[in-house]
Amino acid sequence: MIAAAAPSPLPAALKEAAVAAVVALALAIPMVGFYTVDEGGSLVAKTRFDWVAIAVAAVFAGRLALALWPPAWRLKPRREPAHVAVDGRFTLMKFFGAAAVTVAVVLPFLPFTDRYIIDVATTVLIYVMLGWGLNIVVGLAGLLDLGYVAFYAVGAYSFALLARNFGLNFWECLPLAGIFAALFGVLLGFPVLRLRGDYLAIVTLGFGEMIRIVLVNWQSFTGGPNGLTSIPRPSFFGLPFTRTPEAGETAFHEFFGLEFSSYHRLAFLYFVILVLALITNAFTLRIRRLPVGRAWEALREDEIACRALGINPTNTKLTAFAIGAMFGGFAGSFFAARQGFISPESFTFIESALILAVVVLGGMGSQIGIVFAAILLVVLPEIAREFAELRMVLFGAAMIGIMVWRPHGLLSRRDPSILLPLPKATGAS
Amino acid sequence: MEYFLQQAINGLTLGAIYGLVAIGYTMVYGIIGMINFAHGEIYMIGAFIAVIGFTILSMLGISSVPFAILIVLIVAILFTSVYGWAVERIAYRPLRGSFRLAPLISAIGMSIFLQNYVQVLQGARVKPIQPIVTGGLTLMSSSHFTVSLSYIQILIILTTVVLMVGFSLLITRTALGRAQRACEQDLTMASLVGINVDRTISLTFVIGAGLAAVAGVMVTLYYGVIDFYIGFQAGIKAFAAAVLGGIGSLPGAMLGGLLIGLVEAFWSAYFTIEYKDLATFSILILVLIFRPTGLLGRPEVEKV
Repeated sequence: MIAAAAPSPLPAALKEAAVAAVVALALAIPMVGFYTVDEGGSLVAKTRFDWVAIAVAAVFAGRLALALWPPAWRLKPRREPAHVAVDGRFTLMKFFGAAAVTVAVVLPFLPFTDRYIIDVATTVLIYVMLGWGLNIVVGLAGLLDLGYVAFYAVGAYSFALLARNFGLNFWECLPLAGIFAALFGVLLGFPVLRLRGDYLAIVTLGFGEMIRIVLVNWQSFTGGPNGLTSIPRPSFFGLPFTRTPEAGETAFHEFFGLEFSSYHRLAFLYFVILVLALITNAFTLRIRRLPVGRAWEALREDEIACRALGINPTNTKLTAFAIGAMFGGFAGSFFAARQGFISPESFTFIESALILAVVVLGGMGSQIGIVFAAILLVVLPEIAREFAELRMVLFGAAMIGIMVWRPHGLLSRRDPSILLPLPKATGAS
Repeated sequence: MEYFLQQAINGLTLGAIYGLVAIGYTMVYGIIGMINFAHGEIYMIGAFIAVIGFTILSMLGISSVPFAILIVLIVAILFTSVYGWAVERIAYRPLRGSFRLAPLISAIGMSIFLQNYVQVLQGARVKPIQPIVTGGLTLMSSSHFTVSLSYIQILIILTTVVLMVGFSLLITRTALGRAQRACEQDLTMASLVGINVDRTISLTFVIGAGLAAVAGVMVTLYYGVIDFYIGFQAGIKAFAAAVLGGIGSLPGAMLGGLLIGLVEAFWSAYFTIEYKDLATFSILILVLIFRPTGLLGRPEVEKV
């Protein structure tokens, strides 16, 4: 970032831009300037120095513009989280929350909403739910988990396997999937939660990878890299969403006397994940006021002080891990039900990174921030779909850009769980 | 026995490559306490520069193998170092002093960016090159199995040993090394006694990238085929190696790299190749549970 507050004078700006251009040249020559193609079984190197020239010119111009940019127009990186305000902003946030829920509820009934929009909205809600689940672990308890996708995978595979092997339906599997995921959380958490910070991060990352490796290789149980297909779709309290129901069943559209439309099923799935996500949110907000929730936040701030106060750090962390994992499991089992098909491809490290990015970009611990971040991270690649190949390049660049611009996340203000009543203002001040 | 020896040689070679990458992680972690997630991609870029370099040299008709390897090594180190420097400057320096997760997310963003950047510019297909160093020594030969040490394995192990010795001298004997060790202890104090902290950190990234570039060239020579995805796998293995050896400790990084390489080789040879990564991570987890600071790490003292 530019440290100088005033715009640099032109010569200095030109010098900065020239330096940036030289660096860009060095970066561009090997990767942009040359490329190799397979011709007749062996590689042939080709050049495209015109691209290098364009890239260098763009960097020069960009750096020059940045240096000459009037400071008043600059986006100011905000380093300190805003002070907790006890004034009307709380109610403003509440209003935002209520408005968001209202929009979410009426969305499927709006005239412009089509299958595509509802599909994207469902994906957003899955990430919102995963973000809220991970937020319990990362945001509240302060444990860096880079393998959250493992629990998502456990939930998805539990539902798929239970449904296929035992014929259980979605609603019977959902709690079981949550319990399995929570058990995995305890199983993993028990040995590793004594580790601190980054060690915990790498172990959870390793665990996430291990789950994926097992899923890929245990062919007979998980279907291997091909995954599991024909996972039953959830029904509306026993009413299936099919055009022609099997004998003895009544389809959803018949029961309500509607014209058959595949949109019904999508809208139903959307509401299921909306309700699941809202339950996660309500749960998080409530548990923060319980002793265990307060212990999580205390542990995040200072572990030694917590020990001194008689909080058992391992058990406290374990509950956070297990509960976070449980919500991951719920989301996973919804994911399996929605896709009807799962494979290890969906549970790679990049997915964990995305969920963590949702939490951190949202401003750790901020529930509504996570919603914004999830919308951003799902909708951004959708918009960039036109750029096809460049999509993920832009995505990575956007992640860096947002972090540099707002290191504390989009909404960094966190509602304090406990507030001291403000002292009455005295006349002297 | 012969089989065992052969696997030990293969494991050492692989471990040397992991060790070179692991040093980059451990140095950066030691100084600024962050996981440089993009380091694996730096190594991948080094490997791509090697492929391009070897292809151009063979098109120019240069047939001297030592000369070609030397040229490619130098070019790869130079260009990759610029990448290492730029990554730090763009994604990490603005976030220095921010809270702990911010640089991590920015690093994950950088990793996604670089991986896809290379995929877009160089193509998603695997890049095979003609074997450049061929032949080897036969160490032992029995009726059913021959233990061989190929020249490329000798080259990799020798290069790693030379680099490790040079690097240890750099850390212990030079002004830069002293500055790095000072920064590792305390950034603020280091800057108070006149050390240019920004420059030291930049150089740390440059050196780490240089070592990763060497590893990238070596892996290109060893396997003869690379793709844009190799950075991720090697990255987590090398990071695991750094943690295993005790993060922040340079001999630890090398030891961890060798251990992971050996575990991988032996597990693939005697058990199932599919689960070799499972073995690596299990050992990592076991070591961390019983020795949370890693094999050679210093215990962290917590102050209230």
